[in-house]
Amino acid sequence: MFIPIYQRITSFLRDLGEVSLLGAEVVRSFRLSRPSWKDFLYQLHFIGVKSQSVVITTGAATGMVLCAQTYFQFHKVKMDTATGAVVSVGMSSELGPVLAALMLTGRVGAAMAAELGTMKVTEQIDALRTLAAHPVDTLVVPRLLALLVSAPLLTAEAILVGITASWLIGVKLLGIDSAYYLVNMNRYTIPEDVFNGLVKSVVFGVIIAMVSCNKGLTCRGGAEGVGRATTEAVVIASISILVANFFLTLFLARLFKG
Amino acid sequence: MIEVRDVHKAFGTQKVLQGATLTIAKGEAVVIIGRSGGGKSVLLKHLIGLLPPDRGSVLVAGEDLACMDERKLLQVRRRFGMLFQMAALFDSLNVYENVSFVLRRERRYTEGEIRRQVAEALEMVELPGIEEKLPSELSGGMRKRVGLARAIIYRPEIVLYDEPTTGLDPVAGDRIDRLIRRVWEQLHVTSIAVTHDMKSARTISNRILMLHEGVIYADGPTDSILGSTDPILHRFVNGISTPQNEGP
Repeated sequence: MFIPIYQRITSFLRDLGEVSLLGAEVVRSFRLSRPSWKDFLYQLHFIGVKSQSVVITTGAATGMVLCAQTYFQFHKVKMDTATGAVVSVGMSSELGPVLAALMLTGRVGAAMAAELGTMKVTEQIDALRTLAAHPVDTLVVPRLLALLVSAPLLTAEAILVGITASWLIGVKLLGIDSAYYLVNMNRYTIPEDVFNGLVKSVVFGVIIAMVSCNKGLTCRGGAEGVGRATTEAVVIASISILVANFFLTLFLARLFKG
Repeated sequence: MIEVRDVHKAFGTQKVLQGATLTIAKGEAVVIIGRSGGGKSVLLKHLIGLLPPDRGSVLVAGEDLACMDERKLLQVRRRFGMLFQMAALFDSLNVYENVSFVLRRERRYTEGEIRRQVAEALEMVELPGIEEKLPSELSGGMRKRVGLARAIIYRPEIVLYDEPTTGLDPVAGDRIDRLIRRVWEQLHVTSIAVTHDMKSARTISNRILMLHEGVIYADGPTDSILGSTDPILHRFVNGISTPQNEGP
């Protein structure tokens, strides 16, 4: 029993150390080299444009379900028109950023770990190094930059779509008065809610890029190793996002109160 | 030009190099032979700083690679070109983008100059006009030749070859051997190859080193090594598996 716990702790510490070293190398890369615009734009298209269907679907589904569940409870105490406010605040500060990040982890993080892992086991990373190209400059930095730009935009999209979908369900299907729905939503949703969501999405973007790239770059073995690296990237990034979300919520709440 | 001093390397409990020491002068064509899994590729990767030694030093033009971080090593690696065992072409890039990779990163050349140099490099490896093909559309031999074009396009001083003929049919292997010989003669590079293909070793080298049990066991001109009567060398060169099967 103690050996697996010990192994889990050492594995966690090793991952943390590797990601920290990768982070330090990324900072050096920003100082010492110029990112390739071509690689950045390619990644921006892959991450930002091609993830839209997943993020929109998730945002819409979450907004609709949240609206329906909130309405069912609030209707009992005659607070139907507060539904929009709950959905709006929830989507902006918590559900939008977290669910968009989890979907990005599944789609983009897995792809990054698999691609870099395959490059590692087929010696393409070594080939890069022999061609005097640092893997962090060439592979990690464009992906990180693309996620830094894409994650907040996709999160904003998820929030917008979620709120719109909830309005459609609340007003057109459940019969809530549209004017009250919107007024209450505007009254209780403050700019800080949206700001918090977007700040979180940037942090989540960094987590996805760093964890996934690290797992790919440190991948060992053949196809099995690539599979393991991909799974670990998704699991570790997802858990890190959920844990980081809790602390970010506390930190940002304190920041705006103070 | 390259000096390896008492290099040790282990992976876990497996000791691969146990005090390898060798010197390679500028312009030599050297082949390192040895059993599969005996550490030849590991030794080759130490020469270019892809692996750090656990102990010992690797000097390239007087600079110790063991003391350098990855970014400093990148500058030293500009002296090297390397052909990998499976070619290691970037599979998301086409042949033109693979071969021109270094030139495009340097941002010193116009697109026309790069295109001309890529065409020249592909001409040298006898593969003209395949710029637009993807690595997945090429045969094993063609991939290795494109890998060779990528390794020599920026005119390195030293070219490393990791098992250049492994996995190829005899004709494709002979073609690669001739290209390696031509690169050495025409570009005046220092050529260092790792192989257990004796026919290839005879064609592409003027000196052979044998790695055995983690150390350089034999070192000499190609003909004397291949004709040696030393039991270990003789068995390896002639592919004799046990002492009982040893020839006269």
